[in-house]
Amino acid sequence: MSAPLLSVDDVVVDFKTRAGNARVLDHVSLEVASGEILGIVGESGCGKSMTALSIMGLVPSPPGKVTSGSIRLEGRELVGLSEAELCEVRGRDIGMIFQEPMSSLNPVFTVGEQIAESVRLHENASPKAAMARAVEMLRAVEIPEADLRAKAYPHQLSGGMRQRVMIAIALACRPRVLIADEPTTALDATVQAQIFDLLQDLQSETGTAIILITHDMGAIAELADRVAVMYAGRVVEKGTVDTVLSDPQHPYTKGLITCVPHLEPEPPLVRAPLPEIPGVVPALTELGMGCAFAPRCGNRIAQCGEAKPPLEATVGPHLTACWVAGP
Amino acid sequence: MTKPTEMIAPPEAILAEPPIKATHPLREMAVMFFRNYTAVFGLVLLIAILLFTFVGPLVYQTDPFEMVWAPFTRPGQDGYLFGTDYLGRDILSAMMAGGQVSMAIGLAAAVISIVIGVTVGAFAGYYGGWVEEVLMRFTEFFQVLPTLLFSMVIVALFGASLLTVTFAIGVVSWTAVARVTRSEFLRIRELEYVTAARSGSAKDAYLIFRVILPNALPPIIVQANLMVGSAILFEAALSFLGLSDPNVMSWGQVIGSNRPYILDSGFAVAIPGFAIFLTVLAISLIGDGLNDALNPKLRQR
Amino acid sequence: MNLLRILLTRIGYGLILLLAVLVLNFTLISIAPGDIADSIAGDMGGADAEVIEEIRARYGLDQPFLTQLWRYMSGVFRFDLGYSYFFNTPVTELVLERLPATLLLVISSQILAIVTGTWLGVMAARNPNGLLNTIVTFLSLFGFAAPVFWTGILLIIAFVSVFPIFPVGGMQDVTVEGGFFVKALDVLYHLVLPMVTLASIYLALYSRLARASMQEVLGADYVRTARAKGVPERTVLYKHALRNALGPVITVAGLQFASVISGAVVVEAVFSWPGLGTLALQSILARDTPTIMGILFFSSLVVIVFNILTDIALRLVDPRIKAG
Repeated sequence: MSAPLLSVDDVVVDFKTRAGNARVLDHVSLEVASGEILGIVGESGCGKSMTALSIMGLVPSPPGKVTSGSIRLEGRELVGLSEAELCEVRGRDIGMIFQEPMSSLNPVFTVGEQIAESVRLHENASPKAAMARAVEMLRAVEIPEADLRAKAYPHQLSGGMRQRVMIAIALACRPRVLIADEPTTALDATVQAQIFDLLQDLQSETGTAIILITHDMGAIAELADRVAVMYAGRVVEKGTVDTVLSDPQHPYTKGLITCVPHLEPEPPLVRAPLPEIPGVVPALTELGMGCAFAPRCGNRIAQCGEAKPPLEATVGPHLTACWVAGP
Repeated sequence: MTKPTEMIAPPEAILAEPPIKATHPLREMAVMFFRNYTAVFGLVLLIAILLFTFVGPLVYQTDPFEMVWAPFTRPGQDGYLFGTDYLGRDILSAMMAGGQVSMAIGLAAAVISIVIGVTVGAFAGYYGGWVEEVLMRFTEFFQVLPTLLFSMVIVALFGASLLTVTFAIGVVSWTAVARVTRSEFLRIRELEYVTAARSGSAKDAYLIFRVILPNALPPIIVQANLMVGSAILFEAALSFLGLSDPNVMSWGQVIGSNRPYILDSGFAVAIPGFAIFLTVLAISLIGDGLNDALNPKLRQR
Repeated sequence: MNLLRILLTRIGYGLILLLAVLVLNFTLISIAPGDIADSIAGDMGGADAEVIEEIRARYGLDQPFLTQLWRYMSGVFRFDLGYSYFFNTPVTELVLERLPATLLLVISSQILAIVTGTWLGVMAARNPNGLLNTIVTFLSLFGFAAPVFWTGILLIIAFVSVFPIFPVGGMQDVTVEGGFFVKALDVLYHLVLPMVTLASIYLALYSRLARASMQEVLGADYVRTARAKGVPERTVLYKHALRNALGPVITVAGLQFASVISGAVVVEAVFSWPGLGTLALQSILARDTPTIMGILFFSSLVVIVFNILTDIALRLVDPRIKAG
């Protein structure tokens, strides 16, 4: 692995709620290299999206706050930058696409205007040049009749089209990093595959690093180079996709992998029930001293309830936070 | 038996508060209402005003039309709490008598406008089609006429009595109620329990008044409450303009009749105006509280 | 092209509404007890039945209802709204003379209320725990609860006895000499207090509305998208969010127009502003029915015109509103 392009180091994010302080991100460390796809997986509410927002400097505040840690892009510290400096980073160095293509585009501007806006902001382009780039981007995301579609309003496009437009917006200024937060969750299965193909193609052309946030293990297996598994605000397992998927160490990761239903050409008459992980994600305000997964874990030992396991190397660069799986 | 894979907890689960115990909806509503300090303040204020206007005259028996002392007596002077007006009439007793009239007209006019509005809105929303078209055009027609001008004309043509004033206010201000009722009916008539009742060949009248209307009530109640407030303001404006029954004391009339002398006795105008302000304020605070209590989902707004 | 068609439909529909207003008013006046003849006779200090009959014949009041209605309507199509016996002037002339003053008051106060109200609402929505948010809450309560004439009178008292810097009555000072510009400035000077009074009700309404709609919009996904693009916060607020939040404000402003004219009647009475409202009050007290009819007709016309303008504004702001 080359020197990381973007590194998230020991980041803690706290939310003040009526029910008390919620530690949404608990000493999260991630890194992504140029040209790499890093997958982040986990159930809803495990901190995947919050990781993305903290990289973007968009943690809603109040009530949220990056309490400690550092986020560096090519060595430049992003935590603590002024709002104006962050505005320059967003869109220009880091692009982001969201999971709700239906509502993520502003209904009162044409899609061309929305793509051109970030070009005008970050590259001081003339309106005409920016619009030309917008059409070019629409072509790049494989939207037919791009010059006509640039004049369309979001409500005139389908969900898949809108997500392509979102990708065009995020990539308009050729950012170094693209964060894709569940980019296909709201789309039809066939459209999902198209969007993933598109992301892969664009990535191989531009060399942009991608952070792909999803709960779809299949997408991770297909697209990502490395993967980080998150649970209750912590990274519990991290490594290359091959090692993590073929030899998961953390019981939660194991559970996630076995939960994925497999397509079988000739299903048996009596099907085995799909395995599931018992229990639900705990409330972040109610985390105790120990491992957050312990209440749902089958391999629990006494130590699990007493202290949080550190993220440590198990096999080579493969890291796991588990007392039982430890080396 | 295969249970569905419930891997993904809904996002609320993370920061969720402990579940609230199920209670009777009315009771829950009352709890919500009384937890809202501004709404309770409004309620207390309204009760105080009602006591002042309806119980006050039993204690303080002075004819509001009688000249009792020198004109323009300042408030507090010579034993007159609110002073006297340009004719030397006691403003305190005028405030009590006027309050009764203002509130009675406000309430009666609001009832008229609610009855018209709910009827028009319910039929438009329930039947849809050409009935809705006709009724909504009718409503739109009333929205185009400046309400105050229209009611001024009615009062002028049919004479300024309590009855015509009340009627003139009620008959011009029902459009908002009709719009609210119609949109609620449009929403509710598509719900499953209505479809179920409809397929059980229930009569239209039964569906409208027994099935849909009770469920449409919350926003109508809130709107009705606001109607009382605006009817009081409406009556005040009419009597300020000199278009009310000259033989009946009302807050607006105290203001209207003392207006030429505001530089000598500003208090004679300021006091009844403040009374109207407090009353309408109390009513709208209660309305806001009801709104929050009846729409718990909107509580955060 | 499409907009033009919608516009034409709306205008046609507005004309039908206007006709309905005329018929209703005419019916109302004819079923009311007493008529112009009685009023004129009253002004003459009483008259015998014969004279009253003569007056009735002169005004065509002895004709059947439909004939009278037809006569009136055909007059309206020739811009002839009848003759005011009280002011001794044709009604059209009378109304057109007063209309500009009312329009000036109504439009200026609406602009003031919409601009300031929206600005307050935006600022309050941006900081839900801030002082401005509390101010908007109090303002909206005050604006709804305070009778507009009372607000006006309090302003008069304040500006006569405490800070005598603004004139408190009338529309111009006859002693002011000078060209058009000087006179226009004098009118604006007189406009300040009536405009502020009338705006106070709507300022409260719009600021509350703008706040609610802005709060909703600020939580929308596309606002997050704009931020993720690196759009500075000011641009997020005033370009991305405000344009979406304006819809409800414009819709409500359009619906308010009839009520604004009602408010103007009262404000004109308070500040002796020589507009339609004072004319209406005078003619109603004098039972000058042709003038009353003319005023109702013109004020409905104004409301309809503004409704059409609102409709166009909404379509310009929000492309989702489908044509038709």
